[in-house]
Amino acid sequence: MALGVKSRLILSRLAQALPALAGIVVVTFILTRALPGDPAAYFAGPAADARSIAQIREQLGLDRPLPVQFFSYVTDLLQGDLGRSISTGQPVAEALMQRLPASLELTLFALLLSALIAIPLGVAAARRPDSWVDQSCRLLVTAGVSLPTFFTGLLLVYVFYFILGWAPPPLGRLDLVYISPPQVTGFFTIDALLDRDFATFRAALAQLVLPAMTLALFTLAPIARMTRASMIQALGSEFIRTARASGLSERKIVYTYAFRNAMLPVVTTLGMVFSFMLGANVLVEKVFAWPGIGSFAVEALVVSDYAAVQGFVLAMAVLFVLLNLLIDVVYTLADPRVGMEG
Amino acid sequence: MQRREFLKGVGIAALSSGVPLASIPSAWAQAADTLVIAIGSTINSLDLHRPGTNRPSYMVTVNVYDRLVRFATKALPDGSLNFDYNTLEGELAESWQIAPDGMSVVFKLKPDVKFWDGAPITAEDVRWSLERAIALGGFPATQMKAGGLEKADQFEVVDESSIRVKFLRKSKLTLPDLAVPVPFIINSKIAKSKATAQDPWAAEYLHRNPAGSGAYKVERWDPGQQIVFVRNEEWKAGPLPAIRRIVLREVPSQATRRALIERGDIGMAFELPPKDAKEISEKKSAVVVGAPIANCMHVLNTNLNFEPFKDKRVRQAIAYAIPYQQIFEQGAYGRGLPMWGGKSFTPTDIAWPQPSPYSTDYGKAKELLSQTEFKNGFEVPLSFDLGTADWAESTALIIQEGLAKIGVKTTIDKVPGANWRTMALVDKKLPLHLENFGGWLDTPCYYFLWAYAKGNLFNSSNYSDAEMEQLITETLPMEMSDPAYAPKIRRMIAKAFDEVPRIPLWQPSLESGLRKDVQGYSSWYHRQPELRTMKIVKG
Repeated sequence: MALGVKSRLILSRLAQALPALAGIVVVTFILTRALPGDPAAYFAGPAADARSIAQIREQLGLDRPLPVQFFSYVTDLLQGDLGRSISTGQPVAEALMQRLPASLELTLFALLLSALIAIPLGVAAARRPDSWVDQSCRLLVTAGVSLPTFFTGLLLVYVFYFILGWAPPPLGRLDLVYISPPQVTGFFTIDALLDRDFATFRAALAQLVLPAMTLALFTLAPIARMTRASMIQALGSEFIRTARASGLSERKIVYTYAFRNAMLPVVTTLGMVFSFMLGANVLVEKVFAWPGIGSFAVEALVVSDYAAVQGFVLAMAVLFVLLNLLIDVVYTLADPRVGMEG
Repeated sequence: MQRREFLKGVGIAALSSGVPLASIPSAWAQAADTLVIAIGSTINSLDLHRPGTNRPSYMVTVNVYDRLVRFATKALPDGSLNFDYNTLEGELAESWQIAPDGMSVVFKLKPDVKFWDGAPITAEDVRWSLERAIALGGFPATQMKAGGLEKADQFEVVDESSIRVKFLRKSKLTLPDLAVPVPFIINSKIAKSKATAQDPWAAEYLHRNPAGSGAYKVERWDPGQQIVFVRNEEWKAGPLPAIRRIVLREVPSQATRRALIERGDIGMAFELPPKDAKEISEKKSAVVVGAPIANCMHVLNTNLNFEPFKDKRVRQAIAYAIPYQQIFEQGAYGRGLPMWGGKSFTPTDIAWPQPSPYSTDYGKAKELLSQTEFKNGFEVPLSFDLGTADWAESTALIIQEGLAKIGVKTTIDKVPGANWRTMALVDKKLPLHLENFGGWLDTPCYYFLWAYAKGNLFNSSNYSDAEMEQLITETLPMEMSDPAYAPKIRRMIAKAFDEVPRIPLWQPSLESGLRKDVQGYSSWYHRQPELRTMKIVKG
């Protein structure tokens, strides 16, 4: 029964996403065309003349009327073809499949790190509001969110790589002496473990630490603050008073009753932070030479690479739809009421 | 846990949908004779002829393919190596003979040169490759045309190992134009086997799979991350390179590249910004090598299509109101050569670039401006390409201060990459802007052709002058030893100084950082790393 309700929920969520995706397809198409640059002029390269620019425009299919371009774009899309990036000459789908795991691995690792620090911090702060614990938590998260990520990133590189030499060279996902593990998930750490190659696992993890710390520092604030607020609310609510009156242990009260109830808004925040981190990745990717999706999108945008920009936006849209779905599902696990109501 | 399961699902979906994934490399990284180079930009194709191939990708062509001829390398007085525009040497060509009427040249191929697959290089391969450089259009065709190479029937197979190149007109630029990166020689048998009806030049295949004869082969290319070159042990077109394997890693952040070279984890950081070049050479944490870029200048362009700049005196006033020294110190960090404060408006030699006769003189600037209808000053946007922000931003700010002193108010306008080409070079609609054209062929007439002839791409000033056009057309094909050449060039330079549509600021340097055990760097007009001369010295 519960399963039926849940799968219906998932299906209806997916159905709701379809119009949104269709809208995104139209809007990104129009927006990319509205970009002021002229890709034909750009790709004709230095020393091009009007004739060679026209030649390139024809090759790129940009001389056709917009509705025709849109129609062929949608036709390709329905066949799963995201087109070809004119700047890299690679199929967009292939580039996204290579780069998305890199971004996701970094973002998820950073989110995990951030949550592991921020949630206990928030709980501790909530149990004694305005105590020194609360104040130092506030100081840490405010400092973290006020520093721009490229600055934190460079600072960490400077201290841990340049001065101390503890961190490996910031050269992307793996140091040069290691070879990438056979691809299963695209996550180097997981793939290395699956391959039982622990040296590569350690190396991939070592490359992750600094960029993940950079991102984590930036995202402590929303998670810690949300945990604190909702814990304070939960601890002040009547069922906690009842639980205390019934003489339950403090441990049981805080962790079983208050914490589980307080987690609902935190899960939502985690989802938001995750999507926001994927966007904020760009600068971190630049500093650590991380071959992620953010730098791909920025490069594409700078050179008016229509197919790549459209593919990126679409991939992100799909990712967000799935993410929201996932959060809804997690919600039903954490809060039985959600499932029942559906 | 659930999330991880979900992501695993995505990865598996990627596999099963048949998307080709990066291949697994060999154990290249362990080798000691490997040079790791950090580059700031992305290589987007292995085929220079393909439309859309960006400038950094030329480094692939330079090192992976051979041409008929190449420029020699010479040692400068300070011991650094530089290309020698005046000396051509054979790469695939053993010799070449100009016909008695001077209207064609026959190249004889070296007998022992072979493609990577072992096939001998034939005249037909050369003919096909040269024709391809023209046929695919875009920049390669334009560059070929600059050397008078425009039509497929100019290339004619004489026999298995000789090819004739016919001239449409005599020009001193034709032979040097065969030494630039564009006319590289492709294994036409492989390419033809991959060609299709829509793609007769195998652009699709060669984009990812080079088929040539060069000193290095591409072992692995991960677009957006790295490219790995491995030495072609059978290379006979020149001395075998010393380094066996070269890894070019894309590291977008300047600060990271600098940290890497200073720590010595990489062998070379290619193309240091002037600030890093200055500081690293002072700290001696790495060896800074490089030279001023041939035939290249950073200039401030006034656009003659816009009202205040139609008046020559306004342009001269601007040229006198620029704090040159301060720009050279704070924008260029003293790297490069000053291009202001020359002695006279009538040059005595034809060296190019040479310092303009302008220097900072606000009195003179105000006086010139007061003679015009703009004596109370005017407002104008000052634009630069965001991609060149490492020198252009500070330069623009200093120019803004200088111009304010004579009542010219500027607003700084940063233009992103794709828009820059269109706005500045194609539509030529930026009234006042910073520009940095450099000519590949190192002669003054070639620079003037691109930058001072009406309608040409880098003439973003919209400068148009009948006498100048005439002089360019006359000098372009003329031998530099012709007695008529120097007076004409001096006249062109004098006109450029007097009418000053382009205000020279300085000649930039292209500099790189080398780890102390890395040697053999040479400077090239094409601004790409020449890897074939590099070596790692032990101890």
